[in-house]
Amino acid sequence: MNRPASRLPAIVEQHQKEILAEWLSSQVQSGAWRAGRLQEAQLQDESQRFLALLSQAIQQGIEFDTRSAQWAEVREFLIELSRSRAAQGFTPSQVATFVFSLKQALFKHVTESLKNNPAEIAGALWDATLVLDALGLYTTEVYQQAREQLIARQQEELIELSTPVVQLWEGVLALPLIGTLDSERTQVVMESLLERLVATGSSIAVIDITGVPTVDTLVAQHLLKTVAAAQLMGADCIISGIRPQIAQTIVHLGIDLTSVATKASLADAFALALKRRGLAVGRAGTIGG
Amino acid sequence: MDRVPILKLEDYLLVSIQVDMHDQLALTLQDDLTQKIVATRARAVLIDISALEMVDSFMGRMLGNIAAMSRILDAQTVVVGMRPAVAITLVELGLSLPGIRTALSVDAGLALLREAMARPDEPADGE
Repeated sequence: MNRPASRLPAIVEQHQKEILAEWLSSQVQSGAWRAGRLQEAQLQDESQRFLALLSQAIQQGIEFDTRSAQWAEVREFLIELSRSRAAQGFTPSQVATFVFSLKQALFKHVTESLKNNPAEIAGALWDATLVLDALGLYTTEVYQQAREQLIARQQEELIELSTPVVQLWEGVLALPLIGTLDSERTQVVMESLLERLVATGSSIAVIDITGVPTVDTLVAQHLLKTVAAAQLMGADCIISGIRPQIAQTIVHLGIDLTSVATKASLADAFALALKRRGLAVGRAGTIGG
Repeated sequence: MDRVPILKLEDYLLVSIQVDMHDQLALTLQDDLTQKIVATRARAVLIDISALEMVDSFMGRMLGNIAAMSRILDAQTVVVGMRPAVAITLVELGLSLPGIRTALSVDAGLALLREAMARPDEPADGE
């Protein structure tokens, strides 16, 4: 851009107080800040800090790339702002509006200061728009990043937490499934079950689906795949914890579970597993002595 | 040319696949094994695939064929030591190897064969 230095930094510095006052009153009027649990004093403090940091940053020249070193302090402030507002229940657009709402007051002062020089007005306004747009979008970006990190972490935890393989008895494993089964989880479940079968030398695995809220054709297919893989390795599977509704759904959907032993409760499945291993449970004193 | 060794132990034939199977090797094994069953009058075949890391649909079908051929020659077949990754691959390929007995380890496989041979009237595919 080959044009004389922008007047924007000088105007912002000179009129910082008036701009702040007008910006604040317009924010208070619009009432957008009431959406969360924000105090007016806090809004004032944040507005003042943001304007001061913005003024400081543009004194070093107009730079539109918000990732440059010049914007480091403003960026830090916006990250903090975005986090605290998100915690207070603001939506991303309300957070971005905080930055965008500065435009009105700023434009007014730019227009007034340069009213004798229309050519410079356009240049200064353009600079102000670009800077504020970039900063406003940055708040949204930060908001989204924080959310995505949270989701990714929870997803990982969910996958790891919800697929424990426990040993019920020598040669009998149980896999209590909790939550919806999708392809990715089934893969993890299948792998951990098969690994444990090898590690413990178990020949029977009980898959308990008490904690699986719904069983559709896809979930049933995943289950049958797991059973088939275990059978290929030489282990038998028993599916337990089938609730009445799920039994009805399975029949209505026409899913064929006849190739697998199924039991209503984990206790029944365990009893069957012991029987297949040639073991029995009885009162002390009646067995072996 | 490399071959898969077939060992005779009492009434059993032991086949341990230690190298990655290519198609020709699988065909050779099928040939050798059927001849050996007839020559030794073995009653049971134990195939150990614990060293097999990769399996394709051809290999899967080959295992099924070997089991079917052995059955015709009146020998029970058990496949032991399949790795989890191999089992998952076979299931994804849609090959659940019906009619093949499987066991986790050589010990478990031998126990299974002894039990099956003690009750000769039972159909070979158990389940």
